[in-house]
Amino acid sequence: MADCKCSTEIRGLGVRRHGAQILHDVNLDIHHGEIMALIGQNGAGKSTLLKALLGRIPYTGSIVFHDHTGNVLKNPHIGYVPQNLVFDRATPVTVQDMLSANLTRFPVWLGHRKEQEARATAMLQRVGGSPSLLPKRLGALSGGELQRVLLAFALEPMPDLLLLDEPVSAVDRRGIELFYDLVTHMRKHHEMPILLVSHDLSHVVKYASRAALLNHTIVVSGPVQQVMKTDAVQEAFGLKLAGGDSL
Amino acid sequence: MTQIYALIDTLLPFDWTEFSYMKNALLAILLITPLFGLVGTMVVNNKMSFFSDALGHSALTGIAIGVLLGTDNYLLSMMGFALVFALGISAVIGSGVSSSDTIISVFSSVGMALGIVILSATGGFAKYSAYLIGDILTVQPEEILMLLVILVAVVLVWIFLFNKFMLSSINADLASSKNIPVNLLQNLFMIIIAVLVTATIKWVGILIINSLLVLPAAAARNLARSMRSYHFWSIGISMFSGISGLIFSYYAGTAAGGTIVLVAAVIFFLSFFISRHTERA
Repeated sequence: MADCKCSTEIRGLGVRRHGAQILHDVNLDIHHGEIMALIGQNGAGKSTLLKALLGRIPYTGSIVFHDHTGNVLKNPHIGYVPQNLVFDRATPVTVQDMLSANLTRFPVWLGHRKEQEARATAMLQRVGGSPSLLPKRLGALSGGELQRVLLAFALEPMPDLLLLDEPVSAVDRRGIELFYDLVTHMRKHHEMPILLVSHDLSHVVKYASRAALLNHTIVVSGPVQQVMKTDAVQEAFGLKLAGGDSL
Repeated sequence: MTQIYALIDTLLPFDWTEFSYMKNALLAILLITPLFGLVGTMVVNNKMSFFSDALGHSALTGIAIGVLLGTDNYLLSMMGFALVFALGISAVIGSGVSSSDTIISVFSSVGMALGIVILSATGGFAKYSAYLIGDILTVQPEEILMLLVILVAVVLVWIFLFNKFMLSSINADLASSKNIPVNLLQNLFMIIIAVLVTATIKWVGILIINSLLVLPAAAARNLARSMRSYHFWSIGISMFSGISGLIFSYYAGTAAGGTIVLVAAVIFFLSFFISRHTERA
């Protein structure tokens, strides 16, 4: 396709909170079938940008979503895999409860129907999770298990935009590779646009197609190799001192 | 109503069901306790027990407003004020100026103090002190019907909206990513609590209504391993405390509300020790 594959167009986005300008004049395109890496130091506004995309905070400017045929989406499905899910670890919500609540209107406090159990199993297996997780409480999961459950949750229904916020901070090395293989698969086979927030530049270089450096506004963006070579990125991540050999 | 009374006489031919006020109280308990068990699950999950307590306190101002307006039925003035009160708390918390426990505490104090001041000015507070501890034995047949309507309405909300409530309670950002209107649901849930608390406060009492809402669910959380067992235990413990507390209060001559709460509290501590024991095992 020669026409634009824009999924998400962010134009002139600004966010003020508690009197401080956290984001200003952010312009960014996320395309279908690409992993856009959002990099930046702590406090650069990465999480705030995600919250704006989720519609959780007021902002100025515009965010427009498109499906892969170019139609504007009023209520896009957004898949969101947060960095560290803040939740009450003592809550008696099981993995099955959480996945079912997303799949059906049938109230989970009355239990689960066979159909939902089968679908939840399939959702977990798709992300390499074991069906034995289903009866576990969310608070009893390990970091890697929770990440997998959150990804399964995010992928149903098929999202128009997938937001990954430092998705692998709690996962071991093998888990990380599995996770990124899966995300890469989703990107290729479903033309899924993905916004990846990461501190780990080696992951960004390995898996992302484009990158953007955020420091309250977009400092530089483009193909990942080019962005990595810019002075702004080298400086922000101290790569000059390290010899810049991470590429 | 006479058929229901006859049914109670056949099923429960005991001393304590002899009088019609005890039959009414039993019916009211059979409707109130599942309601509290059900709504309590989300009050505890959303960490809103402080909020529901404040709503209970606001009832005093609600009564005072009713007195000023010259009505005999305080239900509407209590409910109306509690709704304004609940949405007020929600709006002030939403502004993010102070922490929510401070804000709720401020509202709670105002609701209590304003009620005391107005009521004492208009003819002595003592007349209304019955509201502080409540009396389930005064419940009337038409009020039982109202409780039934509320129970049906809450069960319907729980059937159609529970999944969304639950996802919102896990994490608001995660829920909004699924296009769940988190803030709208939050306000709806506050309204449900406001209606429930003000509708039953006459019988349960301002001082203990929150215990009845929180204790069964808190005990159930110690035992539950899923949402289903959480609801099962919460409703079960709530109903058991209600019925056994009512019977006990009849024979011991104690206030029913307080007795019911004590039974629920004993169950809470039992569940606490059971959960500690099973975690170690």
